[in-house]
Amino acid sequence: MAGLALTDVSKRFGSVSAVDGVSLTVPEGTFVCLLGPSGCGKTTLMRMIAGLEDPTSGEIALNGERLNDIPAHKRDLGMVFQSLALFPHLSVGENIAYPLAIRGRSKVDIGARVNELLDMVQLPGVADRSITQLSGGQRQRVAIARALAVSPRLFLLDEPLSALDAKLREAMQVELRQLQQRLGITTIVVTHDQREAMSMSDEIVVMSAGRIQQMAPPIDMYRKPANPFVADFLGQANLLMLRGVHGGAECSAGLISDLDLPAGETRQISVRPEDVAVAPGDAGPIKAKVSFVREMGATIEIHLTAGSERIIAATSPKAHPDCRIGDEVSVTIPAEACVVFDKQEA
Amino acid sequence: MRRTAPQNPTDYLPITFPTLMLGVFFVIPFGLMVMVSFFKRVQGGFYEPSFTLANYARFLSPFFAEMLVFSLGLAALVSICCLCLGVPFTYRLTRLSRRAQVLWLIGLLGVLSLSEVIIGFAWSTLLSRTAGLSNLFVWLGLMDKPVAWTPSFAAVLTGLVYQAFPYTVLVLYPAFSRLDPSLMEAARTLGASPVRGFLNVVLPAMRKTLLATFIIVFIFALGAYLLPQILGRPQHWTLSVLVTDQAIYQSNMPFAAAMAVFLVFASLVLVAISGQINRRGGGS
Repeated sequence: MAGLALTDVSKRFGSVSAVDGVSLTVPEGTFVCLLGPSGCGKTTLMRMIAGLEDPTSGEIALNGERLNDIPAHKRDLGMVFQSLALFPHLSVGENIAYPLAIRGRSKVDIGARVNELLDMVQLPGVADRSITQLSGGQRQRVAIARALAVSPRLFLLDEPLSALDAKLREAMQVELRQLQQRLGITTIVVTHDQREAMSMSDEIVVMSAGRIQQMAPPIDMYRKPANPFVADFLGQANLLMLRGVHGGAECSAGLISDLDLPAGETRQISVRPEDVAVAPGDAGPIKAKVSFVREMGATIEIHLTAGSERIIAATSPKAHPDCRIGDEVSVTIPAEACVVFDKQEA
Repeated sequence: MRRTAPQNPTDYLPITFPTLMLGVFFVIPFGLMVMVSFFKRVQGGFYEPSFTLANYARFLSPFFAEMLVFSLGLAALVSICCLCLGVPFTYRLTRLSRRAQVLWLIGLLGVLSLSEVIIGFAWSTLLSRTAGLSNLFVWLGLMDKPVAWTPSFAAVLTGLVYQAFPYTVLVLYPAFSRLDPSLMEAARTLGASPVRGFLNVVLPAMRKTLLATFIIVFIFALGAYLLPQILGRPQHWTLSVLVTDQAIYQSNMPFAAAMAVFLVFASLVLVAISGQINRRGGGS
């Protein structure tokens, strides 16, 4: 099978289980983000794929070939490290040439390839510069060029953009995605930044406590999170406890009509802030009080207290020009915007 | 910590005592030594004040030149051996758990507490025919009969390397523990075997530290005067031994002083070079 396949991969450090029975398939040419809070095992998983860490159990295969017993330097993968790990004693060109020189390519070939790679990452003509003369973003590009020098079978990036400032990070996300699409290379990125994962990847893999919580395309995952952890980690989510009643489901402050819950049963649901409608007055099904208003230019976030629940609504500022703390409002949550979790998840 | 320049005389108070001690116990004696190095030796007596360059002129003799070359060569060899052993050792050490690192460092500091005399006699015993390691090898069936490995050049070298090794590790340790481990990992993902990665990424990245360590161990070995006497034959004696010999046994203070001045300046030049290396770029 083309692509990367992990089968029941686990890694234990002493008594700590860093990665716990992960099975995952990354089809050739796709861009996958491993997303999760720090300590969730995403970096360990990537290091096992790269061969820098041996799995305690399970199998890692690339294009049908078992990788487990192949040492890191024979795997032909490209990896960008969080610290970038550019060699300080070598020039930009020499850094990029390093994997080519190890493979015994001729000087002429190497020179041509280095220039080609520098053009690819939009840094032409810096081959003779020292690493210390480059800016953070330029170093980032050099690290990417070096990792791609030998046209690797797999492109791995460990928190590649975390050292850049916000603006540059956004630009690099776009650029990285375009580069990946142009080369059609199977790419795995480890990140804790859900915006980064949402904007770059074909598929997101959310991990927590060493396990995969969900794997899905970004928008599917956003719309249909598999459990409360995913709902909360990917974007903002209102997690509410509801009880099934006749004609819908109710929380402590009101009713969501037409939401189909078995009568009498309690379930946790998730609803995105932008799906929560806020209207002045008390005509709606759920009565709430504005506790905080956060204006962020393009959107406005209204924090509400409804009975014992706290709900966040997000909307365009034009729709709610005059919302003040303490206002009594009514809230409508459409049933079709709710994701109901299974009972054991609640 | 205050970083402003001293404003008035009382600001110098904290450094008055060290300055005074350094002056009385180092600068003045050193000045006296420089003075004596220009004095004239009196046969059968001691020395008398004068101004002669004769003591320095003796440096030009073949005997002295030979000894100088031997001393510098021995010090360089000790440095090279210490680096060859110390660099892989320190690299491995910094990859151990914190606890294991501390235990190793305590052990190495323990070696530093041994005096040169104890090290010298311990190695002299270990390498001797009557009670040395060769007896153990005979007992194990590796050798036919016990042999004497001391006095010899190898014994001098072994003793000096043993003595300088803890210094080597202690100088290398901070730089190696700061070395980003992902450098080596990057080399591996780019196709370098562990040995290759170590040779062409770790070592070049540490080249300034290596050179500085070489110089420190070199100066240390240049000053050794007991071990060559205990473990070597007269032809293995170094300049420092000669200084001792001239000063104490031959009563030729002016010549001993001239040699000592030469050694101090040679060391100062090397320290200055290592300071230059560290200032230019850090590197570690």
